[in-house]
Amino acid sequence: MTLLEFDDVSITYQSRQGLVPAVRNVSLSLPLGKTLGIAGESGCGKTTLADSVLRLLPKSAQVTGHIRLDGEDVMAMSFGQLRAARWAKAAVVFQGAMHALNPVQRIETQLAEPILLHEDVGGQAARMRVGELLEQVGLPASRAGDYPHQLSGGQKQRVMIAMALACRPSLLIADEPTTALDVMVQAQVLDLLASLVRQLGLGVVLISHDLSVLAGACDRVAVMYAGRIVEEGAATDVFARPLHPYAKALAGAFPRIGDQAFRYAPAGLPGDPPFPGDLPPGCPLHPRCPIAVDTCSTVEPLLTRHGDREAACHRAGEVLV
Amino acid sequence: MTATPDADTPALETRALEVEFRTRSGDVARAVDGVNLAVHRGEILALVGESGCGKTTLARTILGLQRPAAGAVYVGGEKLSYRARDLKAYRRRAQLILQDPSGALNPRHTVYEAVAEGLRVHGLHEGEEAKVADALSRAGLRPPERFYLRYPHELSGGQRQRVVIAGALVLDPEIIVADEPVSSLDASVRGEILALLLRLRDELGLTLLVVTHDLGLAWNIADRVAVMYLGRIIEIGPTEEILAAPQHPYTQALLSVVPEVARLEPIVLTGETPDPTRIPAGCRFHTRCPALVDGTAGAAGVDERCRTVELPIIAVDAPEAGHTAACHLVEANAHR
Repeated sequence: MTLLEFDDVSITYQSRQGLVPAVRNVSLSLPLGKTLGIAGESGCGKTTLADSVLRLLPKSAQVTGHIRLDGEDVMAMSFGQLRAARWAKAAVVFQGAMHALNPVQRIETQLAEPILLHEDVGGQAARMRVGELLEQVGLPASRAGDYPHQLSGGQKQRVMIAMALACRPSLLIADEPTTALDVMVQAQVLDLLASLVRQLGLGVVLISHDLSVLAGACDRVAVMYAGRIVEEGAATDVFARPLHPYAKALAGAFPRIGDQAFRYAPAGLPGDPPFPGDLPPGCPLHPRCPIAVDTCSTVEPLLTRHGDREAACHRAGEVLV
Repeated sequence: MTATPDADTPALETRALEVEFRTRSGDVARAVDGVNLAVHRGEILALVGESGCGKTTLARTILGLQRPAAGAVYVGGEKLSYRARDLKAYRRRAQLILQDPSGALNPRHTVYEAVAEGLRVHGLHEGEEAKVADALSRAGLRPPERFYLRYPHELSGGQRQRVVIAGALVLDPEIIVADEPVSSLDASVRGEILALLLRLRDELGLTLLVVTHDLGLAWNIADRVAVMYLGRIIEIGPTEEILAAPQHPYTQALLSVVPEVARLEPIVLTGETPDPTRIPAGCRFHTRCPALVDGTAGAAGVDERCRTVELPIIAVDAPEAGHTAACHLVEANAHR
């Protein structure tokens, strides 16, 4: 069953400089029990897309298209329905949220808050649930009385994941959950997410700028650039054999250790990602693209199907051959 | 201090370096607990380890920003002096590049002012503009004049890091210490900055110490890798050997969880690096060592040693010394 569906979603911010298209014509879907990765760098629209699922965007954002959560159109929900969906149907672990834990409140108080607000239970039952949640994310229940400063970065991220699970959602959205964590702790957190998918049958949307992380942790992955999906496919395929030059650059940014092709040869793209309010004409990547041809500077390529994959590049077909 | 012309003298060296901090409860945390490290002229050495392993403290001590409790730092063969005048002179020769360029730049200073600041601090007023222009173009900001009057908020993350690098280059240093130089940059920009560091070494013969938790970065640019755990270097050697055939169980585990190394079975260690106020007895890694848990150390008959006998500090640290690991199991296997 489709848990989450983006159907031709565009999101535009109204800013002083005019309209800023942050997300453009995105269509994606995620079934229960699967993990979808969204890759891209700052300003590509991945966080805007994630926040749109629970209508967490600022008022200046105009959303077109349909976002369906469990088949229900999120944009059409009344405030009451939306409030019921938040936490209970879908929950978000925001980027850097572990730094937003209240430093003067014990972990249990903060974990119990959504439970007390959203479920009709008393303090005793909520405390029981807090203990369960902590154990679910691999922390001893005895840590419930700790303050945030007593926890390490990885432990705080576990607490944030526990909090997201508080009201038993079926969809978990994790925005850069491992950024700023060490590789070993990153591996621990990714393992935890994978085990939650297995045990609870959750659907997970995992957002990261690191395609190699997504390749290992996701079933499918969508690569975004300048608000659009430029490649979508099975995670390992997109990482190992990218069709789009931008996906290729992301895959190469984190070198395959042991591969001589990367030794003394760091790979990147010249230039910087464009500002969403001032996109170049044609393909937004063309000023930085190593394989751009004349058409690229005038015609924006659309997503086209290549086997099990989609890519938005005039030359994707050639690269595949 | 004068630079020794002898080419064999390491550009930077630490001998039995120890750095301590006193916590509020009065405990002593030994962040750096005996480190011998030599970085040769024109060499790029990656110092890798997880948060709390002491890598940043070691880098700060090397730059004279932190005083050692014991041992010493040698620059070009001479012991680092902590007299204010000597330190100031040293800071022309050794420059620091930090992780977050947005935090390192004053938002109200233009690019020109940011880059020229080092020259002004050291009273080098002659030919200021030419030096600033040169540093900016070396850092890849061309034509430099176009950037003079820009403010940090008008630049992208990659450009800001280039300004920080230009600020370091303007003093014509011999040594650059870079602490996580690309970890706050976008993935597609990261490669360009690493390529710039490589180019600076090739063109200017700079000596680079790169502090990072990113093994991919080491594979991209480093000649040698030193792996640090709980205040000590536990394995050091040429990048190819350390990353292709790591000996120490900690390095093996660290490497196995890098997502780019798909061919290895991930060894996810439990828990986190212990608190440096309570360094475990015996091998400091034994509390988390996968070789002890799976019985490999027991089968080799060293498990008792792992728990009780402290390992010696890796003594010789020079490129000629090759690949060394501080581990009872590695030692036992070598003797077999």
